[in-house]
Amino acid sequence: MNPMNYVILAAILFSIGSAAVLLRRNAIVAFMGVELMLNAANLALVAFSKIYGHLDGQIMAFFVMVVAAAEVVVGLAIIITVFRARQTISLDEPAELKG
Amino acid sequence: MVNEVLFWIVAVMTVIPSLSLLFAKRPVHIAMSIVTVMVGLAAAYVGLGAPFLGVVQIVVYTGAVMMMFLFVLMLVGVDSTEDLKETIKGQKWIAFAGSIGLAILLIAVIGKVTVQPRNEGPVGDPYPIAIQLFEDYVLVMEVLGFLLITSAVGALVLTHVPRLKPRRAQVDVAKARVLAGADPVNKPMPGVYARHNALDIPALDPEGKPIEHSVSRVLKIRSQTQDGAEFRAQLEDPGHPGNVAESKDGDDK
Amino acid sequence: MQSLIWLAIAIPLASAAILLLAGRRADAWGHWVGVIASSAAFLIGAGALMEMISEGGAHPGTTLTLWEFIPGSELSVDVGLLVDPLSITFVMLITFVGTLIHIYSVAYMEHDPARRRFFAYLNLFIAAMLLLVLADSYLLLFFGWEGVGLASYLLIGFWNQKNEYATAANKAFVVNRIGDIGLIIAMGMMFAAFGALDFTTVFAEAPEASTATLTAIGLALLLAACGKSAQFPLQSWLGDAMAGPTPVSALIHAATMVTAGVYLIVRSAPIFNGAPNAQLVVAVVGAITLLLGAFIGMAKDDIKKALAASTMSQIGYMMLAAGLGPIGYAFAIFHLVTHGFFKAGMFLGAGSVMHAMNDQVNMRRFGALRGVMVITWVTFGLGWLAILGIPPFSGYWSKDKIIEAAFVGDGWQPWVLGGAALVGAGLTAFYMSRLFFMTFHGKARWTDDAHPHESSLLMTIPMMILAVGSAFLGLFLATGDRFAHFLEPVTGHAEHHDPVIAIPVIIGLTLALVLVGTVIAWMKYGRADVPEEAPAGSLVTIAARNDFFQDSVNRAVFQRPGQHLTRTLVYGDAAIVDGAVNKQARGWARLGESSRKLQTGQVRSYALTMLVGVVLIALVIVLGGM
Repeated sequence: MNPMNYVILAAILFSIGSAAVLLRRNAIVAFMGVELMLNAANLALVAFSKIYGHLDGQIMAFFVMVVAAAEVVVGLAIIITVFRARQTISLDEPAELKG
Repeated sequence: MVNEVLFWIVAVMTVIPSLSLLFAKRPVHIAMSIVTVMVGLAAAYVGLGAPFLGVVQIVVYTGAVMMMFLFVLMLVGVDSTEDLKETIKGQKWIAFAGSIGLAILLIAVIGKVTVQPRNEGPVGDPYPIAIQLFEDYVLVMEVLGFLLITSAVGALVLTHVPRLKPRRAQVDVAKARVLAGADPVNKPMPGVYARHNALDIPALDPEGKPIEHSVSRVLKIRSQTQDGAEFRAQLEDPGHPGNVAESKDGDDK
Repeated sequence: MQSLIWLAIAIPLASAAILLLAGRRADAWGHWVGVIASSAAFLIGAGALMEMISEGGAHPGTTLTLWEFIPGSELSVDVGLLVDPLSITFVMLITFVGTLIHIYSVAYMEHDPARRRFFAYLNLFIAAMLLLVLADSYLLLFFGWEGVGLASYLLIGFWNQKNEYATAANKAFVVNRIGDIGLIIAMGMMFAAFGALDFTTVFAEAPEASTATLTAIGLALLLAACGKSAQFPLQSWLGDAMAGPTPVSALIHAATMVTAGVYLIVRSAPIFNGAPNAQLVVAVVGAITLLLGAFIGMAKDDIKKALAASTMSQIGYMMLAAGLGPIGYAFAIFHLVTHGFFKAGMFLGAGSVMHAMNDQVNMRRFGALRGVMVITWVTFGLGWLAILGIPPFSGYWSKDKIIEAAFVGDGWQPWVLGGAALVGAGLTAFYMSRLFFMTFHGKARWTDDAHPHESSLLMTIPMMILAVGSAFLGLFLATGDRFAHFLEPVTGHAEHHDPVIAIPVIIGLTLALVLVGTVIAWMKYGRADVPEEAPAGSLVTIAARNDFFQDSVNRAVFQRPGQHLTRTLVYGDAAIVDGAVNKQARGWARLGESSRKLQTGQVRSYALTMLVGVVLIALVIVLGGM
């Protein structure tokens, strides 16, 4: 089995994740899209690790996981704060940057 | 052979649930689908010779991250379904086109690459991973430690709500109520002095009049109360089977 | 003493600074500081004069370099003072008359709350005027020139609480600026032609320069002189300048500052000597002004304005003399000195009369003041005789010489210029006699609240001293051509020429015309009754009363076209220069307005933009790699 298939799978998952970020108004769902994109990248990294017979790819994936965990913590905290302030987590609501 | 089967299982297990991100309405469903995706990915990692990463994936994503998502979903309201109708003009189609374009582009690039995979690569067991982490990447590890601590503190700061008013204990509530001139004792229970002990019957005061507010407000709204006057009429009806005094008199005859 | 001459400038300047900076603390004694400063300047000047005379012979002048002002390779100017017969003559005139007028002002301005400030300005004027006449370069002269302009402006508008007085000050200032432009242009041309601005270099190189250059410089200098000396066509400010207190009119607008133009012409003699055409223009301007001033003087009822017109006319005489070349320079300065005395005396007399008559200036409300103001009458009378040119009073010695000199030459010039001077003498006699008779003789036409009285000693003593000067200075200086010889090192030796008419005939004609003018004035204003309201008068009278419509002419010829030009330029500036800039700015603003709409505030739109960008960049990379 060619590990490149996993890379193609990662590309598909990445695209789905990006579409979710763009299409969903619920901040938590969009955030899950971001997580999916990160995981797709992880999958590609692990596949590369397999292809090149080197552990560095896995190490990178590990680091990505750590960073993602930190990101999730802060991101969800922000979502909760926004929810407290506005009683909504819709991404379309805070349109105060409108020109 | 096993690998090929594994790949297809993983592919189905990841792509189909992840589509729920685009089409499912309830966030909880989406979260659970993503949990499936994470498990599938963990399987893929194991299949790709990274068992340690697979386990970490399960623990970190399914166990921690996705549960936290669910937790936050509960916090902000689990029953909120999202209207999938797009509000920004053109956003939907451009987003779809862009994402599909991105996918096609990436797949086209990947398809052009030909690599010769080494069949015998190192297996990502905890031991070699640990060697790598704590020898080559020890500085990165420490920096990531700082990052995690910072994010934890950041989350605390962000979600912390300072108490603006003093805490109100039960004693304070009671005192405030008395000061406001409310009745110091309990309200009368329904049906206490009546000859009927149901909750939907108002109590009678010493003069024999019904006390309307002794019946729960909820029962009144649901129109499930009974009128006290009805029972007074029963009391005065000698032929009523429930009228004990009358029947006693009848027995005496 | 000559090396200390800088103190004559420094002391009044310091005094002015002290008086202005000390504020109200100096109110009690400030005026005496002013008087002392002016007297000190006079004493220094007198010392320098004594030294000069004792050295004897023809004194070529001493240059006193104080410090380097503008050091440079192309143009270097030092601050230096030039003490020679011409400048020392001016120093004496300025400080002597100035000191007398300071003393007079102590009494005249007694009831003015701003007397201290007045003396500060007077001292400033003395310092600036001395700088003007003592400077050894045109640039330094220009500093003094501007300084006296400033002092004149401040003093004309001294009572600036009255709107018209402030306007008069502005008018004087603006008209003087036009003259100043002439001086600046002249300096520029000098620098271009000679590469220097100091008198020594310029005058040494002037004979080698072309006639055209010298004529151009001369005409520019004449413009400057016209502005400062109120000569035609820049004469319009002098009448209005009478808005200042009378001592100011006496000192600045009669005796000293207005003669600065004559000084400039005489000082620049080497330039004018090489430019006969410029000289002719100077003489013609002088002749026109002397007649113009005389006509205005005949029509005015305001005593100060009549005297101002007379000043204009007399300076016209000086300009005429200065335009005649070497034969006239000495007489121009001679007349300037005697005029300084008798005109200052008469102005002070007028001030004394006004003081007595509740600041009334209309001569038709005077009359018969001879009885109540004997000292004023006598001193004014001596000045009157002097300006008329009756021998042996001062005016005779100076003015007659000018008339004689005007008749020297060939062709039409002596006839026209001499004729103008001669007629001017008769007109002078008429209007001055008219003024004198209307004020001191005839019947009393006083307003009801007027109680005339003789002025205090502080005021009359300066008048008496000036009257003595009016009477005998001319005789003293003219004996044996003393003054002309004294000035010779500066003005150059004049060849003796015979006038086109014999000298005794000229003297006779002049005296006859003076007599006729005086008699007519006596008939009309001395013996006959003078109406209290001015009669309608002929066309010429009306024109003269209105200063020959100088303001209207200025307005029509200069102001209106100037305003139109300005408005056109403003429009051009707003429409074209500003328009281009503004349109461009508006275009950018509009671009910003439209691009602002891209900023929807929708996070997802931004994310979409990012994605599209990523796809495009990836596409470029992929296609480029193929």
